[in-house]
Amino acid sequence: MDLTLKIWRQKDASSKGQMVDYKVTEISGSMSFLEMMDVLNEQLVNAGEEPVAFDHDCREGICGMCSMYINGEAHGPDRGVTTCQLHMRMFKDGDTITIEPFRAAAFPVIRDLVVNRSAFDRIQHAGGYISVNTSGNTQDANATLISKHAADTAMDAATCIGCGACVATCKNSSAMLFVGAKVSQYALLPQGQVEAADRVKNMVAQMDLEGFGNCTNTGACEVECPKGISLDNIARMNRELMKASI
Amino acid sequence: MSGFFKSSIGRKVAMALSAFFLMFFLLQHLSINILSVLNPELFNEVSHFMGTNPLVQFVLQPILIFAVVFHFVMGFVLELRNRKANGVKYAKNNGAANSTWFSRNMIWSGLTILAFIGLHFVDFWFPEMNTKFIQGDWSGTMEGVEGFRYHEELVHKFANPVRVAAYTISFIFLGLHLAHGFTSAFQSMGGTAGRKKTLQTIGKAYSIIIPAGFIFIAIYHHFNH
Repeated sequence: MDLTLKIWRQKDASSKGQMVDYKVTEISGSMSFLEMMDVLNEQLVNAGEEPVAFDHDCREGICGMCSMYINGEAHGPDRGVTTCQLHMRMFKDGDTITIEPFRAAAFPVIRDLVVNRSAFDRIQHAGGYISVNTSGNTQDANATLISKHAADTAMDAATCIGCGACVATCKNSSAMLFVGAKVSQYALLPQGQVEAADRVKNMVAQMDLEGFGNCTNTGACEVECPKGISLDNIARMNRELMKASI
Repeated sequence: MSGFFKSSIGRKVAMALSAFFLMFFLLQHLSINILSVLNPELFNEVSHFMGTNPLVQFVLQPILIFAVVFHFVMGFVLELRNRKANGVKYAKNNGAANSTWFSRNMIWSGLTILAFIGLHFVDFWFPEMNTKFIQGDWSGTMEGVEGFRYHEELVHKFANPVRVAAYTISFIFLGLHLAHGFTSAFQSMGGTAGRKKTLQTIGKAYSIIIPAGFIFIAIYHHFNH
């Protein structure tokens, strides 16, 4: 298929960006979206132009590196996939595709479609871990009994890959789905409960400090999340913070 | 504790608490107003009780005014903070793909309700305050009206079709605000996990019944008197 691409080009963090039109031809429906971007970049390099910078790593929906706001949706029009898992068969011959970086004040653009998501790392550092002595004498994991339901729900929360689609999608640029998932993952397990109060307080404080907006429960994040992280995690985080503060 | 209400989640909780109070108020307001259709005499009695009872006038009424002002001010504060959190605007944003129009536009339905409250105060609250606190007339009666005046005043107001239309439009926006606000308040309080479907059903019913009830009362009095 032949496509017109409208892509955000921005030289660096301090430059003003703009949308630029490109044409790509003979794109196969079996290609992933990133492979289509590779074709475009090859074309640009051959023509002596700067290729479009975009984040990617594993290309199998696990690492959370790829981003892109495609035709007005984070990771494009398909559900439960990251951009690297999005297939070109979702588009039709002759389509115009708008490709923008994830937008949020806390996610500044570094170049073209690459944004700085290290705010997520700082939130994780504020409490997204458990303190365990790993220098020998480590307890066998199976020695602590955990109900199947708690283990499954914690695992569901733990599938968050921290891609930032929730922030990009949210009309308030809120990071609460991400933080909710990280808080829930530990709050549901006995190992996480020891530091639960400090964890939620510190992570929420860091989230606010980073300048993310406030959740208004539109539910857009849950729909666009490539891992299907549920809004229940935000409700759980709210409960955890209330429990820790009052 | 004070730190909690300064946090983003604490503010959500504060928004939700004021919303719960306002939703309870709407329910009692409709319950009393529907009496104006079902039993005008009882409506007069209850209105007189509500209008003269010191607990209602000097405790509940100030709390209600505080809740309304707080809900709006906090709504604006959060909206401004959220706008600041947005980066450059998307060239193309398909909001309809993942959320409802009314959930994304609470500020606009809220502003319509705020404008309506202004009109409602001019229509009913200011005259009531004037009669009671400036003229000092707590009798609940009016010249030329047998018994209490409340039913007569209500019916008189809805004779004007423009007012009925303005009220109807405002209540539709109230319905849209509640359609998202009801479940949103519970979600903010951390309460939806496991009970999402039930809350959504109750929320849907509440957001239809409350505005529809008020609209029915306005139209009923317009055509029947």
